[in-house]
Amino acid sequence: MEISTGFEAGRLTLYLSGELDHHEARLAMRRIDELLDEYLPRDCALNMAGLRFMDSSGIAVIIRVSRRMQILGGRAWIEDPARQPQRVIDAAGIDRLVPIAMSR
Amino acid sequence: MKEENYIKLEFPSRSSNEAFARAAAAAFAAQLDPTMEELGDLRTAVSEAVTNAIVHAYPNSIGKISMRMRILEGSTLEIVVRDWGRGIEDVAQAMTPLYTSGGEERSGMGFTIMGSFMDRLHVRSAPDRGTSVTMRKLISPRAPRP
Repeated sequence: MEISTGFEAGRLTLYLSGELDHHEARLAMRRIDELLDEYLPRDCALNMAGLRFMDSSGIAVIIRVSRRMQILGGRAWIEDPARQPQRVIDAAGIDRLVPIAMSR
Repeated sequence: MKEENYIKLEFPSRSSNEAFARAAAAAFAAQLDPTMEELGDLRTAVSEAVTNAIVHAYPNSIGKISMRMRILEGSTLEIVVRDWGRGIEDVAQAMTPLYTSGGEERSGMGFTIMGSFMDRLHVRSAPDRGTSVTMRKLISPRAPRP
């Protein structure tokens, strides 16, 4: 999977694309930790529009970002999840912990 | 239920095989003409079962994982993911949402997702003898295209 970034007015957007499984999650977490340390954002959006596949390892990534943003005193949310990640998010009930924003 | 077709795969518990396992499952299931949503559900459930075997059955070694898929009479797909690893002491506890003994990249939601995406989920396990996860899903027959 790939992670690209956008940063504007203190908000870091992480654009996740490809497939996020356990194999990819370890590298993704490391990369996201580095990006949060680098930008120290006020808010962080996890954009999942380009994520073709995600399993419960993606839930672990979302929880980790949410906790890290709480430590930084900021907010985290999921943005525009594609259909398959949305089903995993719904099944895990993670939307009760991390909000979902739809722009489309 | 009468068996109409099957495949059996065997691979080592390397995390790079997670993507292979779900791609193989999707390719086999394609003959039932599943919807994109059904295919996504199957791929997700297989990914969870195989990842559990990789992370929990063989935490410090590489072991054998087998995946058997059958098409049963009436468009039902059965998937059995089996390992010969350390097994699960308490299956009910392992299936509790958010419970995990894995690393930080595990959320404890694997069995919950398998259970909600498949019609049937059955787990058999014995300490030091391995674990077998059996899942079934009915693939809804679709009207033929005109």
